[in-house]
This record gives sequence, C-alpha cells and structure tokens, in this order.
Amino acid sequence: MSLLFIVLLPLLGSLVPLLGSNDRRSLCALITAVLPAVALGLVMTNLGDVLHGNVLTYSVPWIPQLGLDFALRLDGLSLLFALLILGIGLLIITYTRFYLSANDSMPRFYAYLMLFLTAMLGIVMADNLLLLWVFWELTSLSSFLLIGFWHTQTNARRGARVSLTVTAMGGLALLAGLLLLGQIVGSYDMQTVLESRDVIQQDARYLPVVLLVLLGAFTKSAQFPFQFWLPQAMAAPTPVSAFLHSATMVKAGVFLLARLHPALAGSELWLYLVGLTGLVTLIYGAYFALIKYDIKAILAYSTVSHLGLITMLFGLDSRMATLAGLFHILNHALFKASLFMVAGIVDHECGTRDIRKLKGLRRYMPITAALAILGGASMAGVPLLNGYLSKEMMLTETLETDLLGGLAWLVPVLATVGSLISAAYSLRFVRNIFFMGPPEALEVTPHEPPLMMRAPALLMITLGVVIGLLPALTVTSLLHAAADAALADPVPEFHLAIWHGFNLPLLMSAIALGGGIALYALRKHLFAFQRQFKPLDALTIYEATMQCIVRAAQTGLGALENGSLQRYMLWLVITVLCLAGGSLVITPSLQGSLQQQPLDGVLIAGAAITILAGLATAFLHRQRLISLLMLSVVGLMVSLAFARFSAPDLALTQLAVEVVTMILLMLALFFLPQRTPKESSGLRIVRDVLLSAGFGGILASLNYAVLTQPIDSISQFFLDNSVPGGGGHNVVNVILVDFRGFDTLGEITVLGIAGIGIFKLLNRLRLFMPSSDFEGRPWSPDSHPMILAIVSQTLLPLALLVSVFIFLRGHNAPGGGFIAGLVTSVALILMYIARGVDWAQQRLAFQFQPIAVAGVGIAALTGLGSWLFGYPFLTSAFGHFHIPLIGDVELATAMLFDLGVYFTVIGATLMILANLGKLTTPHRPSKQKEQS
Amino acid sequence: MEALYATMTGALAACGLYLTLRGRTFPVVVGLTLLSYAVNLFLFSTGGLTTNGAAVIKEHAGHYADPLPQALVLTAIVIGFAMTAFSVILAIRVRGELGSDDVNMARSDESREGKS
Repeated sequence: MSLLFIVLLPLLGSLVPLLGSNDRRSLCALITAVLPAVALGLVMTNLGDVLHGNVLTYSVPWIPQLGLDFALRLDGLSLLFALLILGIGLLIITYTRFYLSANDSMPRFYAYLMLFLTAMLGIVMADNLLLLWVFWELTSLSSFLLIGFWHTQTNARRGARVSLTVTAMGGLALLAGLLLLGQIVGSYDMQTVLESRDVIQQDARYLPVVLLVLLGAFTKSAQFPFQFWLPQAMAAPTPVSAFLHSATMVKAGVFLLARLHPALAGSELWLYLVGLTGLVTLIYGAYFALIKYDIKAILAYSTVSHLGLITMLFGLDSRMATLAGLFHILNHALFKASLFMVAGIVDHECGTRDIRKLKGLRRYMPITAALAILGGASMAGVPLLNGYLSKEMMLTETLETDLLGGLAWLVPVLATVGSLISAAYSLRFVRNIFFMGPPEALEVTPHEPPLMMRAPALLMITLGVVIGLLPALTVTSLLHAAADAALADPVPEFHLAIWHGFNLPLLMSAIALGGGIALYALRKHLFAFQRQFKPLDALTIYEATMQCIVRAAQTGLGALENGSLQRYMLWLVITVLCLAGGSLVITPSLQGSLQQQPLDGVLIAGAAITILAGLATAFLHRQRLISLLMLSVVGLMVSLAFARFSAPDLALTQLAVEVVTMILLMLALFFLPQRTPKESSGLRIVRDVLLSAGFGGILASLNYAVLTQPIDSISQFFLDNSVPGGGGHNVVNVILVDFRGFDTLGEITVLGIAGIGIFKLLNRLRLFMPSSDFEGRPWSPDSHPMILAIVSQTLLPLALLVSVFIFLRGHNAPGGGFIAGLVTSVALILMYIARGVDWAQQRLAFQFQPIAVAGVGIAALTGLGSWLFGYPFLTSAFGHFHIPLIGDVELATAMLFDLGVYFTVIGATLMILANLGKLTTPHRPSKQKEQS
Repeated sequence: MEALYATMTGALAACGLYLTLRGRTFPVVVGLTLLSYAVNLFLFSTGGLTTNGAAVIKEHAGHYADPLPQALVLTAIVIGFAMTAFSVILAIRVRGELGSDDVNMARSDESREGKS
C-alpha cells in the first residue's frame, strides 16, 4: 500500500504549490517539499526489504480488458531511481527557491515540476508495460511544460517543441513495441515479461520489438542521431536542466534499457544496436562538449556523451558491464546535477553563460569554485571521486567485449578517446570559468550566492566524494539490488575499490587524463580546425524536415479540403463506388435463393411514374418550381408504395411529411432564386451523370441482392410480445414507444434540436424578398383567398379531431404520435397559409419552442417514472379500464410517451414553418408597388 | 417485382446524387430529399416486400409485414424532414449573409486570400 502513496503523494503535490503565492516564496517552496519528502521517507522504510532482494508489488485493476492494471513494483532498480528522483528532486526544489526571479510564477513552476516528478516515479515503479508507457508520455508532456516555462522566449518555445516532437515520436514507437511485446508474451505484467526471455527472443517479432523499444529509449536518452533535442532544451530554467538532464528525463531511456534488459538483451542484434549507438554517441557528445561556448551547452553535450557511455555499457554482453552502467547512472546524476547548479549560479551572478566572457571567478565565489572543481574532476574521472570508479569499470569491460569481432580492440581505444575528450572539456569548464586571471568582460561584480543555493550542490558533491572514497561501504548493497533486477542471471561477485593494482584499465585512465590535459592545452588548433566547417547540425535537418512535412500536409489538405461541397461529395461518392463496387465484383451472383414475386400492371405503372418523376426532378432542376412539383410526385408515389406493401403507418407518415415538406420548400423557394443559372460544363455533367448512374446501379444491385435473400429477422420476437408485453396490437407503434422507446426518445430530441437550431438560424435574418415572380409578374394583391380561408377554418376542428383519433388509436391500429402530430401541424399551417401570419398569431397565443421542449420532457419523464416503481428506464405498464359510456379501454403508459412524441412533432414542425413564414410579413413587397 | 423495386430505388438514388453534386443550394436540398426517399425505400425493403400482410395483431391473420424496418423507417422519415428543413434554412441563411446560393463557400476563400 505504501507503494501507491509513493506515487500518489507527489501527484497530489503538484496541486499543493498552487495554494502558495509568489509573494511568500520560501513558504511556497516549503509546502511543495513536504509531500515528496514524505514519499522519500516511505521509500526509505522499504529500503531494508528491497536491499535483501525482495520485490514489493501493489496492484489494482484499471482496464482489465486491455490488460492494463495500475500495478507498481519496488525492486532494486526502482529503488535506485526512486532515491535519485526524490532526493535530487527535493534539492532542486530548494535550489529553485533562490534561482527563479520575482517575475516568474513560482507556484506554476513547482506544479509542473511535481507533475514531472510523479511521471518519472511512475515510470521507474510501473509493474505493467502499458502503465509504464502512460507515465512515459506524461514525462514528455510535463517536460514540454517545464522546458517552455519561459514561454515568452522564442528559444524556450522552440526547445519545448523540438523535445516534445522527438520524445513523443519515440513514445509512439515505444507503445507499438510494448504492445508487440505484450502480444508475444500474452501479458503486460512486468514480471511475466521479464521471465519470458526465451519466448521473446525466439519469436519472429523480436526484431520489430527491439527496434521500436530502442527508438523510444534512444529518443528519450538523446542518443545519436536524436541527440539534437537535448541542447535545445537548455532554453529551460537551469533547475529544470539540472533535474531533467541529470537524474530524470534522459535517464528514463537508459532506465528502460535496464528494465527490459533481462527480457531483450543478450542477442547479437541488441549487442550491435545498443553497443554501437552508445559508442558513437559517447564520442559525438564529447567532441561537441569540447567546442561549445555556452556553459550549459557544454554540460548538455557532456550529458549526451555520458548517456552514450551508459547505453554502451548496457549493450555490452557482460553482467559486470550492466553493473557498471547502473553505477555510472548514480554517479553521473550526482556530479551533473551539481555542475548544472554551478552553471546556474554563475549565470545568475554574472548574467552571462558565454565561456569567453567568464574567467577568474574563483576570487569572487571560492566555495562555488571548489564545488565546480570537485564536480568537474568527478566528470573527468579523477581518482578518489565517484566518477573515476565507474569510468574505470567501464574501461575494464570494454577490454572484455567481442563487439566488432576482429576489430574488438577499437572499442577500448574509442572508449579511451571518449574519456580523454571528457577530461579535456571538464578541465576547460573549470579552468576557463574560475581561473585564468580577473574577469574583464563582465558588467557586474559577481559574489557568492545565498547559502541555501549552494547547499544542494554541496550535498551532492559531498556524497560523491564519500562514494569515491568508500565505495564498498556505501553503495555495494544498493548496486547489488539494482543489478539483480536488471540482470536475468545472478549478479556476479564484485568488489568496489579505488585501487585494483597496476593493470591495463589504470593505464587507459592515465592516458585519458594526461591526454585530456594535452588536448586542452592544444585547443586553439582545434577551434581553428572547427571554424572551417559550416555549422550544420541535426537541428537544421530537423527543422527542414518539419517544414517539408508541413508543406506536404498543406498541399494535400488544399487538394482534399478546398471548401467546395461538390469536391467533398465527389470524394465520398468515389469512395463508395470503390468499396461497394469492389465487393460486388467479387460476389458471384446477386440472385439469392428466393423466387421473384409476380408483377402486375399497377406496379409497373407506379414504378414508371416514380422513376420518370425522379428523372424529371433531376433534369429540370434549373426550373426550380417544376423540379419541386416533380419531387412531390415522387413523395406521393413512395407513400403509395408503402401502402401497397402492407405498411399503413409508413404511408400515413410519408403522406403527412410530404405535405409539410412541400410547404416548407415552397416557402424557402420564395427567398431563393427561382432558377438555377447554367454553370456546369458539359464535361462535368457527363462526369456527374456517370457517377450518379454508377451509384444508382450499385444501390439497385445491393437492394436486389437483399430482396432475393431469405431473411432471418428478429421481428418475430416483436410480433409475439407486442400484445402480452407491450399491451398494443399495432406492432410498429409498440416498437416505437415501448421496445425501442429509447431510440425514439433520442430521435425526438434530435427533432427538437433541429427546430431550435432553425429558430436560431432565422433569428435576425434580413432577407431580400422579390416583389414579383421570375418572369416579372407582380404577386397577386389577393394574398388571402376567401375560399381557402373559409374552407380551412371549417376544416380545422375536423382535422384536430382526426388527429386526436389517430393518436388515441395508435397503439392498436395504424396511427400514433408521429402521424397525429404531423396532421395537427398541417391543419395549423393551413390556417397560416389561408389567413396570414398576423391573423394566426393573434389566435394561437403561445410559443412553439416550449411545446417541443415539453414534448421531449414528457417522454423523458415517462421513462424516468418507471424508476419510481423499481423498473428500468422506459418500462411500460398497461391495463384495461372500463370507462362509462365509452366502454372497455386499454391504456398503457407508453401512450404518455407517445404524447411526448406528439407534442415534439407539433412544436418542432411549427417552429420551423411559422418562423420561416414570419419573415414574409414585415414589408409585404406586393403591397409596395413603387418597388421595381 | 423485386427487380422493378430495386430499379426504382436505384433510379431515385441516382437522381438524388446527381442533384447533390450541383453547385447551388436549392438543387442540393432537393437532391438530399430524393436520396432520403431512396434510402427509406431501401431500408423498408430489408424486411421483404409483403403483399396483403396484416398490419396489426389479429387472431386469424395469415402473415404479417415485418414491423421492425417499418418502425425504423417511420422515424427516419421524420428525421429526414428535420434534416431537409435544417439544410434549406441554412441555405436561406447563407444567402442572406453572403448574397449567394453557391455551395462553395465564397466568403472563407476571400478571407484566406486577404490574409496571404
């Protein structure tokens, strides 16, 4: 359980700083530090257990269907990293308190920092591959926030963007790799994966798994050729650099190598990929660290180089090499974090990070200088310091390797060269900043920073010295536990000591240190040599690639999405033609096992009229009114088709909708041009006709195939249960209001939303109203013909009565809420047409929006009502009642639901039509003869 | 009969699609309506074409028309009306705002040119 709190407390901690304010900075730092300090304490309480070789785990299911558990583990490897993350994290919090200026928001910084810290803890403690990946992505995101903390600076924004792009890209590759790994093993559980080495390495998918996982690790750990994001990330505040580039972010990559080492390492593939990448990065980073002028850039490239060293050690096929790699992770974190802090102090006190302007600072800040000397010496690998021990182990292991076969001697030679350059840049960093005479180029007089700003670096350097002097007493058990977790085989016997006698590694160390001093002395020639190259780095290539991608995306998008509805329709239709047409081509026959039913004259005539009317609608579309009339013929014929094929409900609905649609479209046509100009070229018409014919042909083929196949429908259930289960004889209506009531509720909601949307669209709309028809004839002054007015008024009560009748009988005979609502709407709209909007509004003194809303409300409440009786949503109850005079009546709560449907349909339909009609009234153009 | 029915559905769909490919709003709306007729006919026919089927449950009914596609199509007809209404009102609004019933979004093109 304490494992959960180790991760959870810092996560809560990311909210704590937001309680603090920028005015009380020490308090803000203090409250931020509390929760990670408690978490560190929790780690310490488990220290003994883990050092004895126990693995503590904690697990709760998260998404079991995906194999994702919230599973945490604390083994030696997690312990090493958790101590580094929390310990250095606390020191960074202290340091930041004095580093940030009053203009920077301290609570925001601490919140990001704690989020990042949590993510790192999650990575190192995850006991599930997918969970590990979740935290992995979280580090990419939170480091983006941290690097871009000074978001007003271009550099910071660019650095943040570059690091996010590179690490997130690697993160996606890692996800693919982990998914494959999980599929091979059959589980995402870490322990299972780590124990399945043979299964994994014999699987054909081992190659992609290794490539993808390494892509993730190498991008995160800034290995060649992805190293370029790390120097860019130096635009971050120095505490961020000190944290991200010593103990955390970049160490996540090498952590992953160590974590999956038992499962993935040991093959030739791993040896060459990891070993050689590490070696190349080691030399590359060291060289650039030597020639940079920005002191943070020197440290950044040095970090790249040291990460290369660690990576190489994890690649070498030896257990001791892995141990050396883990030891160097610890040592590097200690000296690099303190050196970054020193760089931050120098920057803070002198206002510059240019090594050409800095010198002789020893006189102004002797203690800081001492820290830098010790840290630099550790980085260079000077004996009696911790850096020396792991470097010595590294050199020993390079002598043992058989990487590169016959050329195996190259590895120790290159490793020595790397150490040599490392010694040279360490010397340059220390000597150029703190020695070499008094500073001349500085505008301010530097002095020692506050004690608490030095204290974190002091603590880490002291620890480094202690480890360097007494390695056997201090870190042996921790390293043993960590190596136990990172190795599939038992941990080899090892003995940490400063003195191993006169041997080859000692000679190599001596060569590296002596050569480093010589190289430093001759650096002028090196800089002169370097000046003849144009500064081309990976970042330029990266930027060019990004621009290329953006341009390609813009071109592609411009071609696909050009704002033309016609173009979109074209793509849609072509896709349908390809997909549906393609699958029809491979279908052997459309004809199913059913025989066709016989034809008769009425059917042929009906179909002919429908098809001809459809064709007329399409080909007379430039004369819009005629086209519209043809459309209404199609609608009527469709209604008749429904009637012919035993669907009276559909026929009634279609008929009523047809009337409403026609009124609507005619009214709309009043506000739109009466004719369509001739625009399409002949070629386009041919193209569209061909596409449409193809589409129609495919649809007809599909329809024919469906019709001639025997169907195995679930409808029998509805037929059987309609009366006993729903209390209604009209199955269609019972399905709508009972069996599938939830669907209907959704649909009337959509109807209501459409009505409200239209209401808003028509709001404050100014329209041009033609004063005459398209042939120039003025509208008839007789706007409300008397016959229509009288007939419609007479019909209204009758129509309302019919609609009530249709509604009431709907449950047992064709009818129902939809149809009744449409009939009522038509009757009311007829009043509008016959008498005009003003007249009708005076008499219909209510708004339609509330009716639609009330309809949806009634339906929903009816559904909710069944909860009161302990039944699921929308359960219908029904019974037989005897009403005097009327007789035996069957009533169901579904009728109440249907009432909701009824009101929604009326409300929505009238909202649409009456509001559109209203637009015609204010200045009736026919009455204003003076208009042209 | 099935072949004739399928031909009718296909023909209506073809005419509807041809209209939706036009460049002015009103034919597009009419085309959408035609398309929805075709789609409704298609959906309806998935239950088979029943002649003289019973529409309500009776004691001695011979055979019933499949009620499920009917229920689906019934709501589809009403929703289809809402869609037609929304698109035609949108067309009116666009004409009111832009003064044109061209479907190819004249205004965004202008603003894009203005920026570059």
